[in-house]
Amino acid sequence: MRYVIIGNSAAAVSAIEAIRQHDAENPITVISDETHHVYSRPLVCHLLGELVDEDRMHYRPLDFYEQHQVEPMLGVRATAIDTQAKTVLLAGGGSVPYDRLLLAVGGKPFVPPVEGIDLDGVFTFTKWEDAQKIDRYIKDNDVQSALIVGGGLIGMKAVKALMARGLQLTVVELADRILSTSFDHTASKLAESILRRAGAEVITGTTVKEIVGKEGRIDHAVLQDGEKVNCDLVIFGIGVRPNLDLILPEPERQTGIRVNRGIVVDEHMRTSVEDVYAAGDCVETYDMILEVERPIAIWPHATRQGHVAGCNMAGVEKTYAGGFPMNSEDIAGVPTIAVGLTDPQEHEDEYEIIEKYDRAALTYKRLVLRRDRLVGAICVGDIDRAGIYTGLIRDQVDVTPFKEHLLSGSFGLISLPKEYRKHIVVGEGIIV
Amino acid sequence: MKRIYVNEEYCIACRLCEVHCLVQHSQSKKIIKAYKEEAPQLMPRLVFEEEGPLSFAMPCRHCADAPCLDACITGAMHRDEETEAVLCDEDRCVGCWMCVMACPFGAIQRNLKGTKAASKCDLCYGEEIPACVAHCPNEALVFEEREQ
Amino acid sequence: MSLSLLPPEFKIVRDDARCIACQVCVRQCANDVHAYDPEDDWVYSDYSRCVGCHRCVTLCPTNAITCVQNPLDFRANANWTHAMITGLHKQAETGGILLSGMGCDQPQRIYFDHLLLNASQVTNPSIDPLREPMELRTHIGRKPDRVEISCKDGKVKLDTKLAPQLELATPIMFSAMSYGSISYNACVSLARAAKQAGIVYNTGEGGLHPTLYEYGPWTIAQVASGRFGVHPEYLDVAAALEIKIGQGAKPGIGGHLPGEKVSADVSRTRMIPEGTDALSPAPHHDIYSIEDLRQLIYALKEATDYEKPVGVKVAAVHNIAPIASGIARAGADYIAIDGLRGGTGAAPTVIRNNVGIPIELAISAVDQRLRQEGIRNQVSLIAAGSIRNSGDVVKIIALGADAVYIGTGALVALGCHLCQKCYTGKCNWGIATQDPYLTKRLNPNIGSRRLANLVRAWSLEIKEMLGGMGVNAIESLRGNRDHLRGVGLNEVELRSLGIKAAGEA
Repeated sequence: MRYVIIGNSAAAVSAIEAIRQHDAENPITVISDETHHVYSRPLVCHLLGELVDEDRMHYRPLDFYEQHQVEPMLGVRATAIDTQAKTVLLAGGGSVPYDRLLLAVGGKPFVPPVEGIDLDGVFTFTKWEDAQKIDRYIKDNDVQSALIVGGGLIGMKAVKALMARGLQLTVVELADRILSTSFDHTASKLAESILRRAGAEVITGTTVKEIVGKEGRIDHAVLQDGEKVNCDLVIFGIGVRPNLDLILPEPERQTGIRVNRGIVVDEHMRTSVEDVYAAGDCVETYDMILEVERPIAIWPHATRQGHVAGCNMAGVEKTYAGGFPMNSEDIAGVPTIAVGLTDPQEHEDEYEIIEKYDRAALTYKRLVLRRDRLVGAICVGDIDRAGIYTGLIRDQVDVTPFKEHLLSGSFGLISLPKEYRKHIVVGEGIIV
Repeated sequence: MKRIYVNEEYCIACRLCEVHCLVQHSQSKKIIKAYKEEAPQLMPRLVFEEEGPLSFAMPCRHCADAPCLDACITGAMHRDEETEAVLCDEDRCVGCWMCVMACPFGAIQRNLKGTKAASKCDLCYGEEIPACVAHCPNEALVFEEREQ
Repeated sequence: MSLSLLPPEFKIVRDDARCIACQVCVRQCANDVHAYDPEDDWVYSDYSRCVGCHRCVTLCPTNAITCVQNPLDFRANANWTHAMITGLHKQAETGGILLSGMGCDQPQRIYFDHLLLNASQVTNPSIDPLREPMELRTHIGRKPDRVEISCKDGKVKLDTKLAPQLELATPIMFSAMSYGSISYNACVSLARAAKQAGIVYNTGEGGLHPTLYEYGPWTIAQVASGRFGVHPEYLDVAAALEIKIGQGAKPGIGGHLPGEKVSADVSRTRMIPEGTDALSPAPHHDIYSIEDLRQLIYALKEATDYEKPVGVKVAAVHNIAPIASGIARAGADYIAIDGLRGGTGAAPTVIRNNVGIPIELAISAVDQRLRQEGIRNQVSLIAAGSIRNSGDVVKIIALGADAVYIGTGALVALGCHLCQKCYTGKCNWGIATQDPYLTKRLNPNIGSRRLANLVRAWSLEIKEMLGGMGVNAIESLRGNRDHLRGVGLNEVELRSLGIKAAGEA
């Protein structure tokens, strides 16, 4: 019995750990087109910003493969999957047979067709290699300023890294405000003012039309409305899509694996093809709040899905109930957390919003309720114990008895009814 | 696995649990020296909640299925093999606060004045009985094994 | 409003080198003596409000605080003492009765400290309690005038029917302290410890909380002049009943629980409206003669089918001996006598300090009188009123008691520091209060453990003393005054106690 995993990040690692919990013997092979040992992709921005060294990039010890008896095939690209013959075909001609296959291929950065994207100095920003290239480019070309295309979470990560390097930054966002998918209007505007206060320029409502080079280097970029932005470096951080390269285009590939926006999986992380599983940023799963299937590319979800996939692959039944977006990002040193549905656009009368905005302290909290249950939360500046909101969303707790306390300074488990803290208290009448 | 539980009825809100947690995690482990010389970089690892006459200490639950372990991007949050406690390696932590976002008990705090890392209960790793339990004057905190 | 002439009673001395500003003292003081100044990051104290309960001293993690008598000196005056002067100032300011908690604190003669015990040597060997059985079991109740036994088929049978008895593992019981004057947690501690130690506790005049019915077999239910909480189930669950005529701290006057202490729970237990003052009248308004008392005793016996002992509790006053004789003849199964030093939650200070007589003299008088009249067997005698240690227990039994009630002693075991401010309802140790912030401080798990420890410790000491005297059963010590000698007592006192002077064989 041979386990094969394509991918080497969050979902792959937790799948390996889950398989080994239940199956100590059967071989596991990992195929990854990156040459690096297991590393944390979220730390790429810290690496570029010189906030961590290379050693800290590895979020598992360097003997991880030996400890878990995994055969790593690093720097090897999988080119196709033959689901009939149950083999993975590799670049360069080799192939790896599998009994159970896990697709943990993650996401691919989305790059729009803009003139000049092939110039030196234009980068996407998701992998370790990207950070290395950008770092080299900055040093070799004495880069002073950068344009970041995309004011979403990836854009913010680029801002964090390059601000730490002391570059002059401009952020360009197509929507009318940055962070439009995770924040509401007030939080977005607050984030923009924080960035401006930190010296960055923020331009919304437009995007890059053309990047213009001079003498082999980037000279400036031109926005859709004609505005010129001087920059030595351009980072595209618009978004990530599930990596479906091994499955699409369908007719040619003929894997039989059903995809939608991401790879379609059931609650056991099984694809439509027997013995083929998928987990992480490449799949679409159940969004518990929006009640639809969609990709939610978040590190904790990838880890959890990989764990569930690994258990099922090893013959132990486990299910994944679904998730919702959750992000923790610091914007120019101000911590922010956004969880769930933070800015409902449809059926607005179904929702109740509670807010607290302290302009002097630059803190903002917003809670979104639907039918007396929390479905979304934003915290800017004051993020202490924000996880309690996450728990209330996940468990769909009826907040009516303590609604007035939700945003108070002393809100905590003490404000909740006793049963909700039954895991920690003892005493008469408490059934744990 | 033994965990810390609190009997709300007998918590007298004296907060000696916080005091002794802080001292236990100080360099000197001496109460006067820790407070006069090492503070304010130190903070107690448990969260204390109080409202009216109701109060209790809320240390990390060391959950069997810990959301913080899923959320940690650096591997700083890890489970100790021997004790099964969930520990945070503060040297690896980069302060991304994903764990703060994930913990439904709000048991993880940010040590902004000290290590700038996530700070949480470690069951006084290495000690037989956690300091908070040992020093609770009214036996409100207990250290025992329960079905979860 | 004119200036108060009352100086602080206590002074807080804080060692700033040790104080870590953790603010435990700030949070724990019910009188708001300590406060934290965030600007200067230090804790300071306004000790004018300090009552000397030592809560802060005990909880301070660095022992940075101590509490001393305010070292304010008046010109030396043996007549007008400091306490006399400030007491008078207080009355001039308030126009009210001076109140105190706990028992008489004046330097009246403590006869216990003038009594010495014997030990066996040479002519009569002592007994080692670790090697030989030592009987501390005590039965409270009426003993028969004669016992008839018969022998049938080699088996000995007791023919006489005995009156109901209360069995104690050791001659120590927890005295009457009402729910209302003390907290629910204190009541639970007493009930649990009584069960654990094999003794009983007394409900006092506050009725019995339904959650404590399970401890019924270790409970004496008191029927006091206010008849609070007296209903059929209350009488049924208890192991014995006690009619309270008076108590040592305030003989002749009734009791008063202020409305602030009558919480919802207290009101339910006492069967009175919430927030109203609970007034126990001075006499029972249906007992104006000894015949009336007899009627109530037998009414209670009828109501409980003669299955449990019914006792009477009185304060020790001048004519305690004829009073006790009358009570015995009225049908009581035991008489509890509460001496001058008996404690209370609240009493007028002048009555607490000046009314009544010491229990040592009272028990001696009653024991000798009942023996003279040939009716000593008809009642058990229980001594109360500041039994402070096992030595006091042994001495009072030698003077004639069957067992003792400990009240103050039990509360001290729970943490009381005798600050005497029980009547304020702000007991920092969670004992004499109904304030939910304060009652939490008394964890019944800890409280009952401490009480059971106390009873165990004293029992061990009693066994040692008995063994030393060559006595192997507590019964043999009862009224056995030859084991006592007086020291520093005059002839009248020696005669009253019925004992010889030390030095006499």
